[in-house]
Amino acid sequence: MEVKIKKRKAKVTQADCVACGSCVKVCPKGAIRVYKGLYARVDEDLCIGCGRCAAECPAAIIEMEEVAS
Amino acid sequence: MKKHWYDYLWIFSATYLILGFFNILFAWLGMLCFMLPLLIAIFGGDKMYCNLFCGRGQLFSLLGKKLKLSANRKPPVFLHKKWFRYGFLAFFMVMFCQMLWVTYLVGSGARPLSQHVKLLWSIKLPWHWAYYGGVAPWVAQFSFGFYSVMLTSTVLGIITMALFRPRSWCVYCPMGTMTQLICQARKPKTKQ
Repeated sequence: MEVKIKKRKAKVTQADCVACGSCVKVCPKGAIRVYKGLYARVDEDLCIGCGRCAAECPAAIIEMEEVAS
Repeated sequence: MKKHWYDYLWIFSATYLILGFFNILFAWLGMLCFMLPLLIAIFGGDKMYCNLFCGRGQLFSLLGKKLKLSANRKPPVFLHKKWFRYGFLAFFMVMFCQMLWVTYLVGSGARPLSQHVKLLWSIKLPWHWAYYGGVAPWVAQFSFGFYSVMLTSTVLGIITMALFRPRSWCVYCPMGTMTQLICQARKPKTKQ
């Protein structure tokens, strides 16, 4: 039987991101970066789903999503 | 997380605001907070200033998180919407140009120096104690006008820091909006 493990990952709504970098400062894994001053991007391989960026984001546009690993 | 030298730039922002109460001419130092983000965006193509160096953002973090002065609520959705951010930037620019115009009028002698700080674009606060003369009237007028801009935005930032999340100001900060627009204009055409 195949067991699917679901993991939480941060997801940024890039169209609404103001690229302030608040999320970058709180990420313990360096998994989120501001791409060329445009928006924040999450490296899913590094993201551990702790949710700190989502709680920090002043625009509240980062959601924690479950993804199949 | 390891602290860097730039994590202490909030001290600069706090000192700047305090100095304005003692000598208004220090207001000119605030030009750094205007020029550096723009230069970094124009020549560096990123928002390194917002991301790392902005002392004001750090100050709001400190007040909101360390001193627990923030309600930590999600801000209303309109705050990050483009119409609001661009609208606020436009309003801010109009008020900024008006301040430059007054500086010009004082410089040309058409108006006397007004030793006031205007809070929230409307409340005129007497501020004569922080001016000792010794410079051209327009230099002093610009100081009063520029410090008004800085104090007003700090007050707005503190209000939204308290009501919503600590760095809510960053969402509608005109400098942040402007530097993001510059970065968008510089964006390479090819899809990443």
